[in-house]
Amino acid sequence: MCLAIPMRIVSLEGGEAVVEQSGVSRRARVDLVPDLTVGDYVLVHAGFAIAKVQEEEAIETLALLQEMSF
Amino acid sequence: MRHIDEYRDPEQVRKLVAAIREASPPPMTIMEVCGTHTMAVGRYGIRQLLPQQVRLISGPGCPVCVTPQSDIDAFLGLAARPGVTVTTFGDMLRVPGSKSSLEAERARGADVRIVYSPTDGLETARRNLAKETVFFGVGFETTAPGVALTLAAAARENVPNFSLYCVHKLIPPALSALLSGEAPAVDGFLLPGHVSTIIGTSAYEPIARDFHVPCVISGFEPVDILQSVLMLARQVKEGRAEVENQYRRAVTPNGNFAAQQAVEAVFEPCDSSWRGIGVIPASGLKVRQEYEAYDALHRFGISEMAEIPEPAGCLCGEVLKGRARPADCPLFGSSCTPAEPVGPCMVSSEGTCAAWYHYGGE
Amino acid sequence: MAELIDQLFLGKLGNPVLDQRDDSGVFQIGNSYVAFTTDSFVVDPLFFPGGDIGRLAVFGTVNDLACAAATPLYITSSFILEEGLDMATLEAVVDSMRAAADEAGVTVAAGDTKVVPNGAADRMFITTAGIGLLRTDSGRPYLVSGSLARPGDAVLLSGTLADHGMAVMSRREGLAFESEIVSDAAPISGLVAAVLDACPSVHALRDPTRGGLASALNEIARQSGVCMEVEESAIPVGEPARAACELLGIDPLYVANEGKVVAIIAPEGADAALEAMRSHPLGRQAVRIGKVLESPAGRVHLITPYGNRRILVLAHGEPLPRIC
Repeated sequence: MCLAIPMRIVSLEGGEAVVEQSGVSRRARVDLVPDLTVGDYVLVHAGFAIAKVQEEEAIETLALLQEMSF
Repeated sequence: MRHIDEYRDPEQVRKLVAAIREASPPPMTIMEVCGTHTMAVGRYGIRQLLPQQVRLISGPGCPVCVTPQSDIDAFLGLAARPGVTVTTFGDMLRVPGSKSSLEAERARGADVRIVYSPTDGLETARRNLAKETVFFGVGFETTAPGVALTLAAAARENVPNFSLYCVHKLIPPALSALLSGEAPAVDGFLLPGHVSTIIGTSAYEPIARDFHVPCVISGFEPVDILQSVLMLARQVKEGRAEVENQYRRAVTPNGNFAAQQAVEAVFEPCDSSWRGIGVIPASGLKVRQEYEAYDALHRFGISEMAEIPEPAGCLCGEVLKGRARPADCPLFGSSCTPAEPVGPCMVSSEGTCAAWYHYGGE
Repeated sequence: MAELIDQLFLGKLGNPVLDQRDDSGVFQIGNSYVAFTTDSFVVDPLFFPGGDIGRLAVFGTVNDLACAAATPLYITSSFILEEGLDMATLEAVVDSMRAAADEAGVTVAAGDTKVVPNGAADRMFITTAGIGLLRTDSGRPYLVSGSLARPGDAVLLSGTLADHGMAVMSRREGLAFESEIVSDAAPISGLVAAVLDACPSVHALRDPTRGGLASALNEIARQSGVCMEVEESAIPVGEPARAACELLGIDPLYVANEGKVVAIIAPEGADAALEAMRSHPLGRQAVRIGKVLESPAGRVHLITPYGNRRILVLAHGEPLPRIC
């Protein structure tokens, strides 16, 4: 029950960010996710960033999958 | 699309499907408790990719489906009032109350507006001070924090015409209730990744520990779901019952503290009625007394409502508990279709029955 | 809606022309084969990237005629205006209709206007009707119909999906977002003519408007009593439209398109038809997306990128944005 898509932070001003994914952008509130920088990816749900996408974990997950040999 | 397409890669999917077969899982039933997982499973045909003995069922993860009819009726009552604008997520538009729906009321002239964010609901209020604006707060732990912040903003700015009809519910109490009742044997839970970004992995430890049920927190792309099924299969085979996190790129052990605080500031837990299941203790949120001016129940004098029984023949309750499949319901596909839904499992885009109808079931 | 059409309208008004259930009625007047169609247009907002209600109204009817393999000639336009609608808006819409009619090569032959009380219409509704002529060869008409799809036929799509619907949604209050998405609203009569010129075995044409590709395929499957099988990975969707659909939880296969055509072609003619589409400005991204099978009749199957299959049902309403 939670449609959230990863979107890249394009700009930040106070509690609001402009976020973007593949040519679509909109404003999102970032009050719930502190310490963000332009370029970070956040999961956006109903206009709110709810979590930062952890790049290292993503890389690790994908690497693990790549390693699987079938 | 970055951070999405990588987890839809057909080659990765093929490898995971092979790995699951290779793992030789015993006959097992996995329950997912998230409408978004129900939709994803249908959209990608996940069931067809799994070996026969691994059964995926849907639990009460559709907030629209578990919202009691009495609340829907009350909200429809507000929509029908002149001088009231109601704002809602699109998910709620076609959900039937006992006699009508928001879509039907809109056709009769009610001012019903679909919004993407609760902030749009508040903005609607600001833009038309001549009317009352009510926002329908549906959703689980993922949605509640944003709604909480919006309510707090309304209070801070003294927006006089905004109120919230809060029907938010909580997942972990529902899981406990499912396992404590006469639930079917569930061999593992595929847990909701986005709810988990808020509450963290630790919230589920009691479930795994007290009920000895393996749990894997899963993302929503096909690679995520299949990797999670693999992790669950391994737990079952190895006799483990732990909380594992497949969605590591988004979920942390303690979750989102700021979000938890935002919720605690304006809401408090309460006993809550889940359609088809009944009252589950401490499984819902209600607006705190300090904010009662912005609580639609208070503002419009809506009091305790009698539970409305299901329409005759409707198996939504059993479907929500994972005890029946859509095809088991005598009404499925005949008198209950997306065009003419009897119960909300059919009308919500992520309801189990709608997903089966839409994607062809098994 | 489908039930309403079946039981009430076809039940009470049915006749051999209407019972074909195509978007245009096709019949003979003297030695001419005529296609005649009507459509109503309701869109919120009235103006969106790439178009407006006026442009939609003209192209919508032109395209229905094109899908009957007719050359669109004359259209009529009837306006229902909400009292209080500002003149500037109305003028802009009418200007746009003029430009669209010129672009499509059709003449507005008649019109009507009614004003209704405040609240009785959402600013403006437009109904258009259109008439065109089928091409003939030695007196025999080149007939296409949703009922003529046959097992073995190829299914072609002229270009990317979901641009129109998402362009409209991008400007809808409460949902608005920024993007480069532009409505694909366009007259497809030229594109269709190119295909008919190149290929004598076009069986069916449908513009996937309300209800999207999924609904268009379902209609043809039902009319013809066949199964349509399409491959998801073959279906083109522009990146921004795809991202917008993900953001709002909408399936691109159900989103309206206003400048595209689905063509069902006999297998021996498919290559020529595809070539003709790709040579036309509106068909550069044309692609074969699937085929027609004998059974199960009336069904549409989608093969996922993973090789498994799911059923695409008929849409039961406008796709709604969701958060769950």
